[in-house]
Amino acid sequence: MNIWSWVRSSPLVAVAVLFVIFLGLGFVLPEWIVFLLTLALAQGLVVLGVALLMQGGLVSFGQGLFYAASAYAIGFAMRLFGIQEALIVTVLGILVGVGLAALVGLLIARYREIFFAMLTLAFSMAFWGVLQKSTSITGGDDGMRIGTPTILGFVLPPERLRITLYVYTLVCVVVMLYLIYRYLESPLGYTVRAIRDNEIRVEYSGVSVYRSVYLVYLLAAGLASLGGALTAFNVGHITPNLTYWATSGQFVAIALLGGTGSVFAPLVGSIVFELIRTYAFKLSPDTWQMTIGIIILAVILFMPEGLWTIYQRLVGRKQA
Amino acid sequence: MTTVLETVGLSHSFDHVVVADNINVKVEAGERIGIVGPNGAGKTTFVNMITGHIKPAHGRILYLGTEITGHSSRSITQLGIARSFQIPQLYPALSVRENVMIALAARLGKSLDFWNPLKRKVWQAEALDILKQFGLESYVDRPVNVLPEGGRKLLDIALAFALKPRLLLMDEPTSGVSMQDKFGVMDTLVDVLQRSGVTTIFVEHDMDVVYRYADRVLVFGEGRILADGDPQSLFADADIRRAVIGWEYRHDDA
Repeated sequence: MNIWSWVRSSPLVAVAVLFVIFLGLGFVLPEWIVFLLTLALAQGLVVLGVALLMQGGLVSFGQGLFYAASAYAIGFAMRLFGIQEALIVTVLGILVGVGLAALVGLLIARYREIFFAMLTLAFSMAFWGVLQKSTSITGGDDGMRIGTPTILGFVLPPERLRITLYVYTLVCVVVMLYLIYRYLESPLGYTVRAIRDNEIRVEYSGVSVYRSVYLVYLLAAGLASLGGALTAFNVGHITPNLTYWATSGQFVAIALLGGTGSVFAPLVGSIVFELIRTYAFKLSPDTWQMTIGIIILAVILFMPEGLWTIYQRLVGRKQA
Repeated sequence: MTTVLETVGLSHSFDHVVVADNINVKVEAGERIGIVGPNGAGKTTFVNMITGHIKPAHGRILYLGTEITGHSSRSITQLGIARSFQIPQLYPALSVRENVMIALAARLGKSLDFWNPLKRKVWQAEALDILKQFGLESYVDRPVNVLPEGGRKLLDIALAFALKPRLLLMDEPTSGVSMQDKFGVMDTLVDVLQRSGVTTIFVEHDMDVVYRYADRVLVFGEGRILADGDPQSLFADADIRRAVIGWEYRHDDA
């Protein structure tokens, strides 16, 4: 058995190997790329949630709602209660995001297709309006500052801040990849994929499609919340933009770019997206959106399953 | 004998077209009932009413003495009534075995479990066992879309059968299956059903199939039950044969 087949033998081994590689990269790459990677990974978690919903045939244009809710919950916890500990506020952010999803999901999980998409969009934009208009509380358009968190009680010195937050993000990603791996292999994971294929058969098996959709909606919201928390720590500043439709739309675009074929695909998509954005911006600051748009169109046209197709083709060739 | 299913004065209509008109049936445990009748006679509507797909306008449906009229198809399935469809309702993106294992998880109430794997050894083995009974073991880990039409029909029924129902309803188990394969499909099916002892109601167009495989026949016409009895004596009656086949022709002409 060579190393390659050993890595491929189990997703857990693959995750462990990737963790070591990424950890190493954090210490050798220039700081700006480490920062970019951190943001890409945080965003990749949100996209992973979008991809899980897509597996159930659901497209959410409103993951920004949880992304922002979590970030603002952290902002308020730091400002009002002076809580600086990253672990505590991360959990708090996730709880607030998932709590919100538990409420909103009661309605949204009843809908499919365009109705589901529009409702998710509506709720996230309503939240954007609230954040934008309550200037005295949220700072409105100017947003809020997020202080530097402590990790396990340790105060982070400025020169170690980037790398520590990168490692913290990486650990969060690894934990989530494991959870999502369990989910995908579980009866619920299969049931959600079955719902996309044939909702009628699922109902006639005595399974509640509503409850299944509700649960995967909560899961996606949890991922978006964690992504929001990590983004808040890293950027140090939050604005209503986090729940703007363009942000949620970007998550969907990255999900299409990366593909939904594997738990790694959304992360790959996110990293590639951030790299393209950075270089497109450098190349032509006025038309970077167009560059990204053309690339995404090309991917959709030539690789309907996203960038992950490249990996699948490589593996397919290796096995043949 | 236990009465598994009883309908009392079941009636329904779609836009003034009567599709069920005072249907009273008692189904005893272990029976294998074939429903025949021309198109539009109300056969599928009857199945749809029992499985909760359509709520009857009038009448009651009793399952093991409990009223299930108007219950959701999901809760009726949970009580022990499973069905197959005229057009097989499968999960084409998954493998044949995964299709069955999703049904197994549903039967055991584990569909919302998000922590333990679906592919546990016990379920893998049980799924394989079910597929063997249905003669589909050679397709076990292959995608659903490689199945021939007869295989798709059988898998659709296997998904219902995997729920271990007390009552199994099959809507045209051999429609879309070639003439040569029809009896093969039915032989396999009846063999499985007989061994499990599940009470079965099946809707069928083909009189030969009903004659050979049903032990009681209900002849439907214009939403009513025209005749109810064993196939030998019913099909000996020229009027009944004409009723079923004659209308069939009239429909085809239209």
